[in-house]
Amino acid sequence: MLLGSIFAILFYLATIIFLVGLGERIVRYTRTPAPLVIPTTPAPTTRTGVCARMFREVVFFESLFKGSKWSWLFGWLFHFGMLVALMRHLRYFTEPVWSWVILIQWVGVYAGIAMFVGLVGLWLRRLMVDRIRYISAPSDHLMLALLLAIAGSGLAMKYGQHTDIVSVKAFALGLVRFDWQPLPSDGLLILHLSFVLILMLIFPFSKLLHAPGVFFSPTRNMRDTPREHRHVAPWANNLPRSGNQQR
Amino acid sequence: MAKIEFETPTIKDWLSTPKVQPDAMAHSKPFVAKPVHQEPLGFPGELVDNWQDVALEKMGDLLGRYRSLQVFMDSCVKCGACTDKCHYYLGTGDPKNMPVARQDLMRKVYRRYFTLAGKWFPKLVGAVELSEEVINDWYSYYHQCSECRRCSVYCPYGIDTAEITMAGREILATIGVGQKYSNEIISKVHKIGNNLGLPEPALADTLEGLEEEVEEDINVPVKFPLDQKGADVLLVTPSADFFAEPHVDGLIGYAKVFHQAGISWTLSSYASEAANFGIFIGNYENMQKVAERIRQAALDLGVKRIVVGECGHAWRVAYSFWNTLIGPFDFLDPAYPVPQHICEFTNDLLASGGLKVDPEANDDKVVTFHDSCNVSRGSRLGSTPGGQFSIPRTLIRSACNHFVDMAPDTIHEHTFCCGGGGGLLTDDLIELRVKGALPRAQSLQQVIESHGVTHMAAICAICKSQFSKVLPHYGMGMDMIISVHQLIGDALVFDSNH
Repeated sequence: MLLGSIFAILFYLATIIFLVGLGERIVRYTRTPAPLVIPTTPAPTTRTGVCARMFREVVFFESLFKGSKWSWLFGWLFHFGMLVALMRHLRYFTEPVWSWVILIQWVGVYAGIAMFVGLVGLWLRRLMVDRIRYISAPSDHLMLALLLAIAGSGLAMKYGQHTDIVSVKAFALGLVRFDWQPLPSDGLLILHLSFVLILMLIFPFSKLLHAPGVFFSPTRNMRDTPREHRHVAPWANNLPRSGNQQR
Repeated sequence: MAKIEFETPTIKDWLSTPKVQPDAMAHSKPFVAKPVHQEPLGFPGELVDNWQDVALEKMGDLLGRYRSLQVFMDSCVKCGACTDKCHYYLGTGDPKNMPVARQDLMRKVYRRYFTLAGKWFPKLVGAVELSEEVINDWYSYYHQCSECRRCSVYCPYGIDTAEITMAGREILATIGVGQKYSNEIISKVHKIGNNLGLPEPALADTLEGLEEEVEEDINVPVKFPLDQKGADVLLVTPSADFFAEPHVDGLIGYAKVFHQAGISWTLSSYASEAANFGIFIGNYENMQKVAERIRQAALDLGVKRIVVGECGHAWRVAYSFWNTLIGPFDFLDPAYPVPQHICEFTNDLLASGGLKVDPEANDDKVVTFHDSCNVSRGSRLGSTPGGQFSIPRTLIRSACNHFVDMAPDTIHEHTFCCGGGGGLLTDDLIELRVKGALPRAQSLQQVIESHGVTHMAAICAICKSQFSKVLPHYGMGMDMIISVHQLIGDALVFDSNH
């Protein structure tokens, strides 16, 4: 029970830091004005067009596809593998398990493998291409290591040493229902959960901020209508204007 | 000035990505602005004593004023998609010319002072103190970016290195280390009204000379009106159009179009410059002050429309920023977009049959078109996205029977900068300019060999100046580069007894 309590407390703490940290960034991005109209053109002229552009960016990684086919392939495998694997994990937090979560269980396994392969590909690129090696800080390698450790420990429990998933589910439901339950003292499981905790903790303080950031990127979310709509930031409105006089 | 020794890169059959060559261009630095260039812009004359504090305070200020900067500092994941996209990296191999590395020069300082990770674990996340060395790197490499936005096309988060270069230059100018070329020019505009410091009498004289020249040439009294109150159109054009080659042939082209269309127009001696170097140094206030002259001239002359001549960054400022900086334009005729580009203006006339054109006049040429970066990726022509690519090509095809495009990955939104944009068109950066032109020279060489291209048309004064200077380094003629409106002007048919 001690282990269960420690991890319960850690998960609550990590969740609070994750949400508050991320919320602080989102509020900051929202409050900081974009004083000039700077979409990368050609850009859509309607809000619907902007939504479509953002959708293509977030779902298909449109710009990355234009930029680098290998990064796109590995990046897409990793992100969507992770997304589906995460959705698969919902079965631990719901009772009864939602029917669509049951439906995707079999895909989720392959998704975990896709995530792993994508990460390995990204890391190989980082190590082997001299330009990308040059721009990599230690944290860039460690981030990949952390994500690989999460995917690897998860897959190891699926294919190697099984863990007691009935107890794991009881623990997870206990977290959601504020009714703490013991956690199996299984090495792989403890590692898996610890790595996830670390990921949640560093999310708001690292480059993982690209996730909210992409939605606030003025080159992607602004409309190309500067001649039709006058766009002025509050701070710019207060600047003294030299012209505008009938002489 | 000592002659700068360097080797012009060789054009190969394909554009190859160079190996990383650290510090290959660390020596490249433009001349530093003197107090006389700094102070009229509101910047300190020389390096201030507490420059570290001032720089960090300015960085904090800009982070709060520009969402782009704040979001871009946080978002980069170092995926590397941009690393082989910058023409300056492709031409020099200096890794700090990779867009992400250029951003990191600022990001590593941002992390140190503005993020928890950088305050607690600087080594881990590559955060560094704002040292003299860092400032030197900023000065060198923020003046090896032409703010062309090519990298922003490929970034999965839309990070635009131009925004960071602009912030870097603004911080540098704020601590007293501005760039001479840009700041001297801006101070001339504030004082006289154009980049060249050309006063009204000299301008009037030049225009008179052009009238005589054109009349002698085609026997038609094409006018170049100056300060004509009550004209329909105020034409604002880069001052290079008044005298530089090949720009002036473009100006003659505009005048012929106005003449044949029978639309009254005028230039202004008060606002005799479309260029706005305020964008290059990233300073909103100076950009606004430069632009205000144009609003004032339009009011004073009582015109109905404003048309902008061929100039890339000027068009970005005019199209994307004018309404913000100096709008609203409620005193102009609402039937026309404000501002209008000369290519839009000519295109409308052509479409409505208002111009008589004979493309055979240009049968001696095989023409290609160089998309200028600020028109392609920072603005638009016409009413639909992508008009910035189709309209100039429509104009060229209507005036010219032989047109061919360069390789698809080097045109439209993928276009390469000429190598001289963003306030770098100065002799003290000639090595950078020549090397940065490599990707464009390479794709031009391709169509010369495959299609016998004789001329490359452009709609940007900086592109025209840059190419006529650097193409000879690659064994191409300096007169290959021409204005789109030179082609139009040469193809216009005037009745002989006009």
